[in-house]
Amino acid sequence: MTLLLENVRKSYREPNGDVLPVLDVERFALADGEQAVLVGESGGGKTTLLNVIAGITVPDSGSVTIDGVNIVRLSEPARDRFRALRIGFVFQTFNLLPAFTALENVLLGMSFSGRRANRGRAISLLERMGLARRLDHRPGQLSVGEQQRVSVARALANEPSLLLADEPTASVDLGHQEMVLNLIREVSGEQNVSLLLVTHSPEVAGRFDRVEDLARFNRAAGDDGAGATA
Amino acid sequence: MNLARIAIKSIRQRALASSLTALSVALGVMLMVAVLVIFGVVQRTFSQRSFGYEIVIGPKGSDLQLVLSTIYRLTPAIDTLPYKYYLEIEKDPRVRDAVPITVGDFTEEGGFPIVGTNKKYFELPYAPEPDKTFQFYDDSEVMRDPFDAIIGSEVAKTNGWTFGSQFQLVHGGAESDHVHDEKFTVVGILAPTGTPNDKTVFLHLNGFFAIAGHDKTLREVLQKDRDFFGPNADNAPLDDPEWLRTQGGRHAHHHGPMPDLHKSVSAIFVNVVRPEGAERFGASTLAILFKNEISTGLQAQAINPIQPMNTLMENFVGPTRILLSVLTGLIIVVSGVGIFVSIYNSMSDRRREIAVMRALGAQRRTVFSIILAESVILCVAGGLLGALLGHLLVFVAAPIVESYTGLLIDPLTFEPVELALLPALIALASLVGIVPGLTAYRTDVAKTLAE
Repeated sequence: MTLLLENVRKSYREPNGDVLPVLDVERFALADGEQAVLVGESGGGKTTLLNVIAGITVPDSGSVTIDGVNIVRLSEPARDRFRALRIGFVFQTFNLLPAFTALENVLLGMSFSGRRANRGRAISLLERMGLARRLDHRPGQLSVGEQQRVSVARALANEPSLLLADEPTASVDLGHQEMVLNLIREVSGEQNVSLLLVTHSPEVAGRFDRVEDLARFNRAAGDDGAGATA
Repeated sequence: MNLARIAIKSIRQRALASSLTALSVALGVMLMVAVLVIFGVVQRTFSQRSFGYEIVIGPKGSDLQLVLSTIYRLTPAIDTLPYKYYLEIEKDPRVRDAVPITVGDFTEEGGFPIVGTNKKYFELPYAPEPDKTFQFYDDSEVMRDPFDAIIGSEVAKTNGWTFGSQFQLVHGGAESDHVHDEKFTVVGILAPTGTPNDKTVFLHLNGFFAIAGHDKTLREVLQKDRDFFGPNADNAPLDDPEWLRTQGGRHAHHHGPMPDLHKSVSAIFVNVVRPEGAERFGASTLAILFKNEISTGLQAQAINPIQPMNTLMENFVGPTRILLSVLTGLIIVVSGVGIFVSIYNSMSDRRREIAVMRALGAQRRTVFSIILAESVILCVAGGLLGALLGHLLVFVAAPIVESYTGLLIDPLTFEPVELALLPALIALASLVGIVPGLTAYRTDVAKTLAE
């Protein structure tokens, strides 16, 4: 079991002092190498769930176990290090750093893990993404499809066991959506990385065997928790 | 990819703003380095370590002017002492070395000061602790003929003079119109000493006295002699023509060597007798007693040359240096504030970058360190550039300062205190980097990524 969430609750305090529940998940699990898609209404807590799984947001209660480690109990620096080593993150808007080339963006992801950056792996990942001739290009010199492929390579750079992808095809033009999605699934499969992909697109969701609707297992979704995306 | 590399990438991303802020630091450091170097030169030039005698005896008047005119040759001499007085001092059992000095004229070419002295001046150390003695270029000779001259290294370099070069003097200052007829010949060239000697032309005392216009009428000489020695003066029969004739007439040197009575000196450089290594140079009890005894009597003053210079340094040069250092320090601080503003302003644009780095696993202290490293790199790069520019400024300004002040500035001079600038700059950079660094440290990753 790569990922196991149990009794995870997260709420935010609104400016007027009211408490707004955003996440209340009794159990959610993802097996080793499993690929699942998460769908749900906007503001239904999908992003919060991803942030909780990534250790960016700490839940009010419950446990988030990845590779047997309950990351909720880790100190913040330890959680950061764990995230760098075990979790890959693909953002909707790529979030490549503009000052760095494609290769450097991938190496940057490696450098935060505390391990020596593996330049050879970074290059082979980019080559696998079809970017062999784009290594020294900066994000501004790449197409959106290429940028997203760089961000996928960056997410996989540290050989994570879990890949979180937040609407990875939403900002990519139609012609490249298929390619990006296929690459994410193929490379995750090749490297036995569990994949949890958030999407609004029924077409994307339809390509996965396991589709989870957050509204069905997030008990806070019915508490007027819409709008809490943080 | 280490933190410094990440920081440099971010700096390059904002190349223009980064360059301008680093340049502002560079300009501040440039001025600071120039001030430090030039004042270092001033301090060394006017320190005891650049002068090899314990006591300077001269006419009554300003002790500072006595030092500036006879040691540094920057101002006109106060007056003169009778040559007879020099002979008395030389014979004093407490005196180990006594060297007569006359100043007043300048070379027609280059306006270098002329010093009349004897060969003993070149045999004794020109600077103490450890003793430094004059070195001559090969083929140099000591002054034998009254019209022989020894020149300092700067004179040789500037005027292009070598052995056998002939030159004439201007009376009483380079601006004066009166050029003496006598021609002097270079027979010796001194190796550089880093002292005013490098910019001096030395003549044999007899040569100096042989110059037309350096004599006075016998009546004037005797009157001065009487004024100086008082009751101990020669009771010369000024009205006896025969006696006047034996004394060389009214202008003695026109008809032979000038009699001692006609001669005068600007100062006498003295070292007193002291047991070898017994007491620190210039501070022996004998030196102090001897100095006081001379200053209380007659028309002469004896001074420890370091004292008036110390007074000048403490009252004027020192405070000026501090003032300029503080002002240039403030310029650097203002530049530091510029770096703060530049980085702080960039933080709003970079919050997302910071959040992405954090999402990729960067720790809070890592992003804090990246911002701090940016500040340090900008400051240190600006500082190094400034130090380079500062020395370049000194290099360019050295000949100009030399021509105006007579100060000898080695363009490659390095002041050890400059090394303190580096840690100071790092401290400043750390200080101004803290607030933007904390902004990065406190970035709310989830909120920023959701925006």
